[in-house]
Amino acid sequence: MTTSTATTIDVPPTESDRQKRRRLIREERKLNGRQGIAGWLFVSPALIGLLVFLVIPIIVALYISFTNWNGASNPLGGSAKWIGLDNYKKLLTSDSLTRTNFFRSVRNNFYFVLFVVPAQTLLALLLAVLVHQKALKGRGFYRTAFYFPSVTSSIAITLVFIFLFQGTGAVNKLLDLVGVKGPNWLQDQRGLFHQLLRVFGVDSSPGWGKHTLMGLHLWDWLSGPSTSMCVIIILAVWTTSGTFMLMFLAALQNIPEDVMEASQIDGATTRQRFWRVTVPMLRPTIAFVIMLGTIGTWQVFDQILLAGKTNPTMSTPAYLTYQLSFQNSAFGTGAAMAFLLFMLIIVLTVIQRRFLKEKI
Amino acid sequence: MGDTTTVEAARQKRRRRLAYGALTLFALLYLGPFIIQLATSFKTDPDAATHPLSLWPNPFTMRSWKRIFGFSSDSSVDFVRWLFNSTLVAVCITVGRVSLDSLAGYALARLKFPGRKLVFGLVLATLAVPGVVLLIPRFLVLKQLSLFDSYPGMILPIAMDATGIFLMRQFFLQVPESLEEAARMDGAGVFTTFWRVVMPLVRPGLITLTILSFQGSWNEFSFFLVSTISPKYYTLTTGLANLSSGSLGSGTQYPLNMGAALLTTLPVAVLFFAFQRRFVGNQMAGAVKG
Repeated sequence: MTTSTATTIDVPPTESDRQKRRRLIREERKLNGRQGIAGWLFVSPALIGLLVFLVIPIIVALYISFTNWNGASNPLGGSAKWIGLDNYKKLLTSDSLTRTNFFRSVRNNFYFVLFVVPAQTLLALLLAVLVHQKALKGRGFYRTAFYFPSVTSSIAITLVFIFLFQGTGAVNKLLDLVGVKGPNWLQDQRGLFHQLLRVFGVDSSPGWGKHTLMGLHLWDWLSGPSTSMCVIIILAVWTTSGTFMLMFLAALQNIPEDVMEASQIDGATTRQRFWRVTVPMLRPTIAFVIMLGTIGTWQVFDQILLAGKTNPTMSTPAYLTYQLSFQNSAFGTGAAMAFLLFMLIIVLTVIQRRFLKEKI
Repeated sequence: MGDTTTVEAARQKRRRRLAYGALTLFALLYLGPFIIQLATSFKTDPDAATHPLSLWPNPFTMRSWKRIFGFSSDSSVDFVRWLFNSTLVAVCITVGRVSLDSLAGYALARLKFPGRKLVFGLVLATLAVPGVVLLIPRFLVLKQLSLFDSYPGMILPIAMDATGIFLMRQFFLQVPESLEEAARMDGAGVFTTFWRVVMPLVRPGLITLTILSFQGSWNEFSFFLVSTISPKYYTLTTGLANLSSGSLGSGTQYPLNMGAALLTTLPVAVLFFAFQRRFVGNQMAGAVKG
């Protein structure tokens, strides 16, 4: 196996060359030995870094999730007590405030994902199709404009959005111009679905809505994203669509020209071509974008920390993990929540992969 | 026949006009916030509060920018320090990632060493770990190593990354093997071959990794949030987050906030415009692979 590299292939295997070949094999062995050492030397700085700062800490954090560590002492020493599955029970089965907060944050995040992922995927596809047009003047400008928000700092952008979405901010001034009175965006905790139901005359929970599920009324489960969460939804769609647009653009450029031409000759209209040719050819990219979007949106953190610290309709599992651990010193519970979120993301990824693969 | 073509042409014209209309509207939506941000940073506090939409500061003032760059009697907010910290940390992390990721990427692409498959598997596995899971583990390890709240603590844990290793490996795999063999035949050692022959050939990859690393570490927030606690280690992102939450007594000073946010955006923006092609190319290449 080790001798079958290109060096020996260059040498014709004639009798007269036998000695030369032997020498080469010997050299090759020596080289492999040298490569073995060099390989480990090359890879070990990064490998040690990943092990020390990533792999081992994750394992220790998993251990922490079974203890009541408060963040102050040595977690492996005496003061952190092993409490088994208590942290997980507190989050999943016991009727506690922690569980209610956790499932409320799951609800908030669920609606966030439900709105952001389809919106960012569709918008990115639309932008890509618009920018992809051959005859378009200034393609570079538009592409740059749409991608730019994606490369900037989440903190800086969130600050801008907080400014734009104040009660008397730029967005409401714009809405005023068209005669709409905008809400006090970031303070408004009313759910979108609740507000829609109110239009149809339903403004409080019917009898069945009083039942509780995981510490939350069924009525509250059906709230939809709050007005304040909608700001973060808009922000997320705005900052991510550019990245995904580029992915779609790359895929569009990979569609063979003749496929498009053939469909054109066959008399397909632009719309038919889009739905019957372009979209099916983009299926793998759509699947990939949806998967990346789902993984990303279940981890929304920076924006919440900045804009929704005290708003219960904006807290997400990622933010709650931070709050529990770093502000309430309940690192055990925080770690358990982080791992539940981890598992959720893995399960969703696996399901999506299987589901979307079938469709492709 | 002639009729249908004119109808078709008219339709196409209409469609093109519609496309331009949509594109312009979107461009406004995507760039508008930055323009408002820029205008607001030159406004006075009351002007920013009463005319948030106006693009014309009235009166025009440099107050916020003077405060940001330390030319003001009010030094309660140390932006210059944040700027210094952000630069220092981002540069160190970038240097770390470019060198360590290239070394590891080369070994995984070209050097035959026992356990290579296992190491590569590990790198791929860490690639899949969602960042949100890392907050507690990273805090934990920094505490244990007494690196919490220090520059090394902010740099070392993210001075290498699986994404970069994977990226560099892909670039090294494209280098023709015959070149390395030629170098070896000439008696060059493994490191010399790597440094003199292979590295110059993967320049595009190195530039890409440099940009991505700098952008990533400049914009990094959650990791610095859990790895430091003293204000002297504030970066632009953690400092800004603190400023806006009002703990530094500046909760609603929107011009100051917008100016500082712009300062945070600027270096990456410059990098973005300078290397635009590469930024865009990277994303697109990533998509094709995926």
